[in-house]
Amino acid sequence: MSAESSSPRVGVFVCRCGVDIGDVIDVPALVEYAKKVQGVAYATEDSFACSTSGLEKIEDAIKRHNLERLVVAACTPRTHEAIFQSACERSGLNKYLVEMANIREQCSWVHRDDSQAATEKAKDLVRMAVAKARLLQPWKEPEIKVNPNILVVGGGVSGLSSALSLADLGFKIYLVEKEAELGGMLKSLHKLSPTMRDSSESLESMLRLVEQNPNIEIHTSSRVKSVEGAISNFEVEIESDGKVVERFNVGRIIVAIGAEILKPHGLYGYGHDKRIITQLDLEEKLKNNDLKGVGTVVMIQCAGSRNDERPYCSRICCNTALKNAQILRELSPDIDVYIIYKDLITYGVESSALELNTKRRGVKLIRYRDESPPEVAIEDGSVVVKVFSPTINEEMTFRADLVVLSTPLVPRGEASELAKMLKLPQDPFGFFKEAHQLSPLDFATEGVYVCGTARAPKDAVESISEGLGVGSKAAEYKFSRIRGRGAAFAEINEKKCSGCGICIELCPYNAIRKDEIGISRTDSALCGGCGVCAASCPERAITIHHFTDDQLEAQLLAAIDRRPRK
Amino acid sequence: MTGYEPRLIGFLCNCCGYAVADLAGISRIQYPPNIRFLRLMCCRRLDPSLVLGILSEGIDGVMITTCSLGGCNFIKNHEQVEKKFLFMKRLLEKAGFESERVTLEYLFASEGRKFADQVDSFIERVRGLGPSPLSGDSPDQDLLLNIRAAKAVAENYRMRALVGKEEKLVKEGNVYGEPVTQEELDTVMDDAVENEYVHQKIRLTLLEEPASVKKLSEKLGIDSKKVLEHIVAMRQLGWVDVKEILGSSPIYTALEVPE
Repeated sequence: MSAESSSPRVGVFVCRCGVDIGDVIDVPALVEYAKKVQGVAYATEDSFACSTSGLEKIEDAIKRHNLERLVVAACTPRTHEAIFQSACERSGLNKYLVEMANIREQCSWVHRDDSQAATEKAKDLVRMAVAKARLLQPWKEPEIKVNPNILVVGGGVSGLSSALSLADLGFKIYLVEKEAELGGMLKSLHKLSPTMRDSSESLESMLRLVEQNPNIEIHTSSRVKSVEGAISNFEVEIESDGKVVERFNVGRIIVAIGAEILKPHGLYGYGHDKRIITQLDLEEKLKNNDLKGVGTVVMIQCAGSRNDERPYCSRICCNTALKNAQILRELSPDIDVYIIYKDLITYGVESSALELNTKRRGVKLIRYRDESPPEVAIEDGSVVVKVFSPTINEEMTFRADLVVLSTPLVPRGEASELAKMLKLPQDPFGFFKEAHQLSPLDFATEGVYVCGTARAPKDAVESISEGLGVGSKAAEYKFSRIRGRGAAFAEINEKKCSGCGICIELCPYNAIRKDEIGISRTDSALCGGCGVCAASCPERAITIHHFTDDQLEAQLLAAIDRRPRK
Repeated sequence: MTGYEPRLIGFLCNCCGYAVADLAGISRIQYPPNIRFLRLMCCRRLDPSLVLGILSEGIDGVMITTCSLGGCNFIKNHEQVEKKFLFMKRLLEKAGFESERVTLEYLFASEGRKFADQVDSFIERVRGLGPSPLSGDSPDQDLLLNIRAAKAVAENYRMRALVGKEEKLVKEGNVYGEPVTQEELDTVMDDAVENEYVHQKIRLTLLEEPASVKKLSEKLGIDSKKVLEHIVAMRQLGWVDVKEILGSSPIYTALEVPE
């Protein structure tokens, strides 16, 4: 049995999926039709192809009929391809020689009322799958050894928690922090909502563990200068004071650079009067007990967020405002606190309790409309806040001793530099993005992870859980060598490549590099098989295996059931 | 047109397009059976030449379903899928082929209903256009030549290099660091497409049968002075050569262009 033969023997298995396919599509007619499609050596049906007995029948037929390619006309490959791939492997056929025709999700389920048209469409889908299957090639993914050491960039809570969890598992960690001290944003905070625990208390216990851990090598006042290589072995350069201070090799990189609080110069008079501050400034005042003579505090929510420039909700500001308002009231009942908000977003059990408690302590909440935002002015030396309240339908005026702006978290300046270095995608605002919404701990570049507020605004607890999450993802490689990402990968024909480098610029996986003579080379273990390189290569020198031009063209022609026109 | 059922192809990316088609199925949302889908790992794979190829074979329409902004792995995805799509549209317009027969739709993996609606309305749109002038056994020969020339442009080194560098040129400027605006680039692209397109039409015509400038001019409806300019340029590229001289006019023939 040769997988390389020019006209491989294709076996077609049509699944009835109980009644799900069988009640709409004329399965016997489909099987009869399949038998006549060019290349098909054997066709049959089953009531449940994915059941144990169904798979045994497939395995048996592969051996008995010397099948070299397998087409399963059933459901979606997204859930079932792997099952049929294992059946292939068990019967000695390479797992990438199977192609599925989705006659359930794309046919019987969506054309329930037209059996005849659904049957005709199913024939087309089978024909297309056979056309592609005939051209499939076997493939064995490479295995790569991963350097066990790990780089964590950023010494805030998310970075610290991932570093700690990994160090405890025995990994050597390089922890790089640009500030002179570890701790990140938590250093500047007073108390954490909703627990009301001292921020420093939570942080210090964590810092002690990190500093005492022999597996963690701490580099403060340092930044990552460059990263070369891939998951098997990243080469990292660290600089401090503009000088390269250390070079080391790691197998994975965790980015936990956090975010910063927007300083909204010019907005609501920020920067013109020292009584107009951000929530972060207020945290500092609370920490230092620097609130002498403060009688009226007005907080303004969504200052610089949920507007055209930054349409996103920064998630933490409502909780922060409520928490700080409550603390102010507890400090002295003589302090009046007003929170002027657009929408109060107190999600979840704890936040809603926080809202209730804050209201109970006499904090006044005043809503404003988008079209009439509050105005802050200095009149006769006092800070005056005016806002139209739609609730009482009139304008309210406050003389404030402090105006506190609840400004959003925004990405750090160095985020885009790291994004380039590590080929990490960013969203339109500059936060790093995960690979897919439903794979929140996977990222575009194999071996690179992001956690904490570098990805999106979140609170300390959420940052810690994310830090632990990516920590465990990064630890996976302790137990297995990584394998390539499947049969879809790019291969560059070195004879055709002109070395223009377009593929290198466009590759989102950092999987293409130039060799010593300037020709592009792909690393099949890193390549995600997206195909942007092949679709862009001026020399058309790139083949995307498993989705080759020939395979796609064959599928397309099969869809209209014909040979290419002369 | 009665009795006309459009035949359509849909390209789906694995993580969003295919997922949303699955969801429409799971939710039993019904849509007409006129479309056949192909799965790609990602719509960035879609080489314009592939779509132009299947249009030249007579398919009535092509739908590309890719992820909505923010729905997929890569923000970059959008720019590349869209750049290739716009390039393809430009070529279709150049070829005089109804560019409404191709569509690019953005979806989140959760929008099963919207997916079915998009399929439905695309089928209706193409139904309104009637069968592709290239479908059936006797397609419009002029249009066939045009679309084949468009396909050859999409496979041309210069054009592909230009499209591939577009994003970088606009974002980072040229090799001298000078910024290039989208408008400037569009003008460059228009000129390049026009030039390559005529080159390819002449080449394809000569591949069928060697011809003189006069004959090419008549056949393609292009001014003979223009044809000569192209022939001169194409000779320099090594695409055409003189086969023989009949009377006083040279007869040109197309050469195999080395891969």
